[in-house]
Amino acid sequence: MNKIFAYTQGLTEKRTHYCPGCTHGIIHRLVGEVIEELGVRERSVGIAPVGCAVLAYEYFNCDMFEASHGRAPAVATGAKRSRPDLIVFSYQGDGDLASIGMGEIVHAANRGEKITVIFVNNAVYGMTGGQMAPTTMPGQYTTTSPRGRDPAEVGYPVRMAELLAELTTPGFIARVSTHSVKAIIEAKAVIREAFRHQVEERCFSFVEVLSICPTNWGLSPRESEKWLEQNMLPYYPVGIKKRPEEFREDWKNG
Amino acid sequence: MAKEKILMKGNEAIGEAAIRAGCLHFFGYPITPQSEVPEYLARRLPELGGCYTQAESEVAASNMIYGAAGVGVRVLTTSSSPGISLMTEAISYIAACELPVVLVNIMRSGPGLGGILPAQGDYFQATKGGGHGDYQLIVLAPSSVQEAVDLVILAFQLAEKYRTPAMIIGDGMIGQMMEPVEFPVEGVGPPLDPGDWALTGCRGREKRIVNSLYLDPVECNEINLKLKAKYDEIARHEQRWEEYHTRKPHDLLVCAFGMMARICKTAIDELAREGIDVGLFRPITLNPFPYDACRRAIDKSRRVVVFEMNMGQMIEDIKLAAAGSRQIDFHGTAGGVILSPDEVKEFMLQSLRQAGGAGRKKKKAAGRSGKRSAATTRQARARGKKR
Repeated sequence: MNKIFAYTQGLTEKRTHYCPGCTHGIIHRLVGEVIEELGVRERSVGIAPVGCAVLAYEYFNCDMFEASHGRAPAVATGAKRSRPDLIVFSYQGDGDLASIGMGEIVHAANRGEKITVIFVNNAVYGMTGGQMAPTTMPGQYTTTSPRGRDPAEVGYPVRMAELLAELTTPGFIARVSTHSVKAIIEAKAVIREAFRHQVEERCFSFVEVLSICPTNWGLSPRESEKWLEQNMLPYYPVGIKKRPEEFREDWKNG
Repeated sequence: MAKEKILMKGNEAIGEAAIRAGCLHFFGYPITPQSEVPEYLARRLPELGGCYTQAESEVAASNMIYGAAGVGVRVLTTSSSPGISLMTEAISYIAACELPVVLVNIMRSGPGLGGILPAQGDYFQATKGGGHGDYQLIVLAPSSVQEAVDLVILAFQLAEKYRTPAMIIGDGMIGQMMEPVEFPVEGVGPPLDPGDWALTGCRGREKRIVNSLYLDPVECNEINLKLKAKYDEIARHEQRWEEYHTRKPHDLLVCAFGMMARICKTAIDELAREGIDVGLFRPITLNPFPYDACRRAIDKSRRVVVFEMNMGQMIEDIKLAAAGSRQIDFHGTAGGVILSPDEVKEFMLQSLRQAGGAGRKKKKAAGRSGKRSAATTRQARARGKKR
């Protein structure tokens, strides 16, 4: 009998703590598969954030750090600059990266650290129970925006991919989504390209992954996918925001 | 063969000492009065194939050294008081994850933005925690540029032996003044052995995790007990101090650390020439604090006076050592005000007068403005040399 499916070597077999319907598990798997397929698992060091993915160090099957809230890009900088042969990636949520860690991600990108950042944007603080994030949509109800996010009071959501793409230094900036099978397949190709830029010692790479949070959105997984598609996609357009000039043609088809 | 003595500014000597200790990785952020350390290393480390990185903040710098130590390289950061405040979160993580790093705090005055002149106001911050949770640092306080060099090298050795962060705290004078120094080691020391804990890639072994999250209370308690056992072991084996003029019973014991102790020594020498016996106890490891040695020195004196360039921080440890057995006086300045040896001497005499014994042994021929006898001077010098 032919084996048609195997668990990726990039992940441990530990059962995750994520809520039913959460897309963290899918994004973990995409990253794990990419690390395995590129043959870099044994020289990879990942950095877990503070937030829902705080226990990611249990799930990725490679050496792992747990960083303090928002500082993963600084930890990655220290690790990568000290051992450039390592493949260093951080996996961060929106509270971690776009709020408390805004300084670290902007400067790591601007220095052109040859690391890969996976940024999971689900428009809410998940771990702490559904508070407003910098990426929460206008009008979106959260426990700390009980009347809906009011841009007049707290501003508009931060578009991290576009913000970083404005910098001159960083090489690869992209946004993908997880609201459909098609989107997930495309997301994997982009994450793969991001890691390749590091493996080939080229540039900083950043992938924002739009994600759902059925628990804190108060929707079913199916409704959440629809909500992401209808509300987040128009505000957070997917696509490659920035790619090293010389590789634009070669990599057009993945 | 005698080693070459080089005239160097303290901050540059600290940078060179780190290189001699085999540290080729530095992450930091400019702040007065320590900026010559990053400036020196920005020039030297690339020449040696090392890594110099200027972080965007002390918050980032301290997390970069967490990352660097976690992948098993010898790493240094330096800063000054407000910058160290920003680093304390990461220091707590580094201590919890049992990573060896060396930090240098060239102290300026506080609180708040304070000033840029020398002070010793970060004693509590360095020795009593600073950041959150039950962790400790090994804290070393030099009183000369040469000692700063020696202690930087020792700090790396201790940090690695116990896998814990070690901090040098020097008041701004240590960083800014120039003194002749010699380096006990030639060239660049051998690299750190990443051992069985560093994240070097999991080829041929199980994955490793550098982590300080323990959601299970029993497990988290065990981690705290393990750290405490380590700190107790450090306290048993690594206390260091200097005693000056304390062999015989003395009228007054002076306790001071860092440059303040050096100023006190000048005053003590002058009083010795006048026939007044004053001893000095100078802790070199501020943590672990040498309580027992301090108590022995206190037991030989009638009264104790503590001098600090702060509003009274180390005095709490002196009081713990004295355990209520002596009157403890205190004289402190802050804000960058540095007491002169004459002022220190006046305070010492004041304490002696209050103890009711000032000048008890004072020889008439050796009045404060009079000529000193050659014998007294020789004696004072000899006593000084012995320690």
